Amino acid sequence: MTTTTTAPVTTHPVPLLERLRVPGGFVLGAVLLLGVAPLVLSDFRLSLLAKYLCYAIVAVGVSLAWGRGGLMVLGQGVFFGLGGYAMAMHLKLTDAAATGETLPDFMQLYGTGDALPWWWKPFANPAFALAMTVLLPMAVAAVLGFFVFQRRVKGAYFAILSQALAAALSIWLIGQQATTGGTNGLTGIQGFFGYSLDDPVNQRMVYFVIAAVLLLLMALARQLFVSRYGELLVAVRDSEERVRFLGYNPANIKLIAYVVAAGMAGLAGALFVPAVGIISPALIGVVPSIGFVIGAAVGGRASLVGAVLGAIAVAWAQSTLSDEFPAAWTYLQGLLFVVAVGFLPGGLASLSVVLRRRRPRTGTRTTGETA
Amino acid sequence: MTVILNQSFTGISIGAVLLLIALGLTLTFGQMGVINMAHGEFIMAGAYTTYVLQKSISSAGVSLLVALPVAFLVAGAMGALLEWLLIRRLYTRPLDTLLVTWGVSLMLQQLARDVFGAPNVQTAAPDVLTGNISLGGGVTFASSRLFILGLALLSVLALTLILKLTPLGRRIRAVVQNRDLAEVSGIATGRVDRVTFFIGSGLAGVAGVALTLVGPIGPTMGTNYIVDAFLVVVVGGIGQLKGSVITAFALGVLQSVLEYSTTVSVAKVIVLVAIVAFLQWRPQGLYTLRTRSLA
Repeated sequence: MTTTTTAPVTTHPVPLLERLRVPGGFVLGAVLLLGVAPLVLSDFRLSLLAKYLCYAIVAVGVSLAWGRGGLMVLGQGVFFGLGGYAMAMHLKLTDAAATGETLPDFMQLYGTGDALPWWWKPFANPAFALAMTVLLPMAVAAVLGFFVFQRRVKGAYFAILSQALAAALSIWLIGQQATTGGTNGLTGIQGFFGYSLDDPVNQRMVYFVIAAVLLLLMALARQLFVSRYGELLVAVRDSEERVRFLGYNPANIKLIAYVVAAGMAGLAGALFVPAVGIISPALIGVVPSIGFVIGAAVGGRASLVGAVLGAIAVAWAQSTLSDEFPAAWTYLQGLLFVVAVGFLPGGLASLSVVLRRRRPRTGTRTTGETA
Repeated sequence: MTVILNQSFTGISIGAVLLLIALGLTLTFGQMGVINMAHGEFIMAGAYTTYVLQKSISSAGVSLLVALPVAFLVAGAMGALLEWLLIRRLYTRPLDTLLVTWGVSLMLQQLARDVFGAPNVQTAAPDVLTGNISLGGGVTFASSRLFILGLALLSVLALTLILKLTPLGRRIRAVVQNRDLAEVSGIATGRVDRVTFFIGSGLAGVAGVALTLVGPIGPTMGTNYIVDAFLVVVVGGIGQLKGSVITAFALGVLQSVLEYSTTVSVAKVIVLVAIVAFLQWRPQGLYTLRTRSLA
């Protein structure tokens, strides 16, 4: 924190050994996710957990961009969707090829012609499709972010723009029934790079992939948090003008956080497809986009572990409660927003700090300092 | 020529709806920087008020006229309550109001679902407002749309007069321009905030009454409009009435022209890209309040 101007530029705020040290909590999490969970959970529960972990991956990005960078990313559904559709398009094409068809099943029903649309063609290549799941969201985020941040559009403007982006993408997808499956989305995915998804063993494999990616991204995010860049990001969040006067360009700093978060959401979307077997506009529009944020808000937006656990807990509560008591769940969800964001801005991760202080002053900025 | 005229009338009527729903937001979002996602649910409250009144007053015309002030009061009261319960605690964190009010909006939607049922309901439009008005040469204008246009313009006029001429309006403008200075000059800014929120939310209720003429009434009707309404305010310039008026009609016409030449979904995407491009040119919106602050 206290890097003085006389220190050489290469000095890191945290010593190198300190930054590379693997925290005990991380090891514990890895053991729980990769060892204990697959042993004790049934196939069904494990596949549910795989789905929650996808949301947790999005939450890692949200924690970076929103918790640390103060960017209210209300359009993560867009990036989740781009990644998901890129993956689903490839899997649909290989499914079709396995049965000797050239077109995915829904195109034979609704499609206008026999030919595959040109922009579907490259997705037959697995390497291209995999790269696109991450690069496509990052490219969209980079273009939008570049223009928006360069002109210092921020705060509410940015939140509303990113929300409008989510609305626009889902409306566009619904409108293109013949080439994107419209409201239904891309469904009934059977294979995953040659492995049948009907086989429980392969479902377990998908779970392990998702859990490993989550742990990897958490490690990456933590390195970003403690790096010099992470400190700058927090500084931009708390006082953008001061950072600008110090000679940095806040636009670039924010852009990196936004693009990295978009890439993480894209990867999460891509992994969501084999885990759940569907991607559709209903999963990526305005409502789910705000849903991606709430998990992080409940758990603690600025705390990485808090955001991840919050996302998992909210997703778990949603699927457990919404089936049995749909009305009660909606009330509870609304209440979660109000209480978590309104009265506990640091999320559950800050509960101990808040309780110790007994009576938090609403006027002070407690948002990020609790991580 | 007929096509062009008809399309521009469609655009103007889309613009009138946009203006009506965005008008309240110009006040709440503009004055206080509060992003009230429950604004859409206040629209819904206005629409359901019309529905309930029509159950007890059989004449569609009378019930519509009664509904206008009643919906204003109902939605306004809900807004004032929300302000008092939650929003006044969050003035230091304007972005967080977005998520908090989104939670409120979820609960209000569910409440509507529990009270009125999940399916959409409909109200009967008065006979006067059901037909088309022919303007000659094949150009027609639905009279319900004309009513909405009139209502929108009337609301703008009333709001302008209140802001420009009354003591309350002077206080509101003072708080917008410099909250601290207003406070040390003896204005009870907290009370002004609540009244402003009351008026802004009330206008959403009026918009809800108007929307019963052009679409079904349902628990999720607010969410369909809220993003567009925010875009109008953002492009128009926060807290700027004339900016919102111009933007609402401009976006309406742009939308209808694009829908005519492409499809509805493509038109939405193009409008959004146009907005991002516009914000490149004027990041603070069409009209801005001149201040010397950095933010």
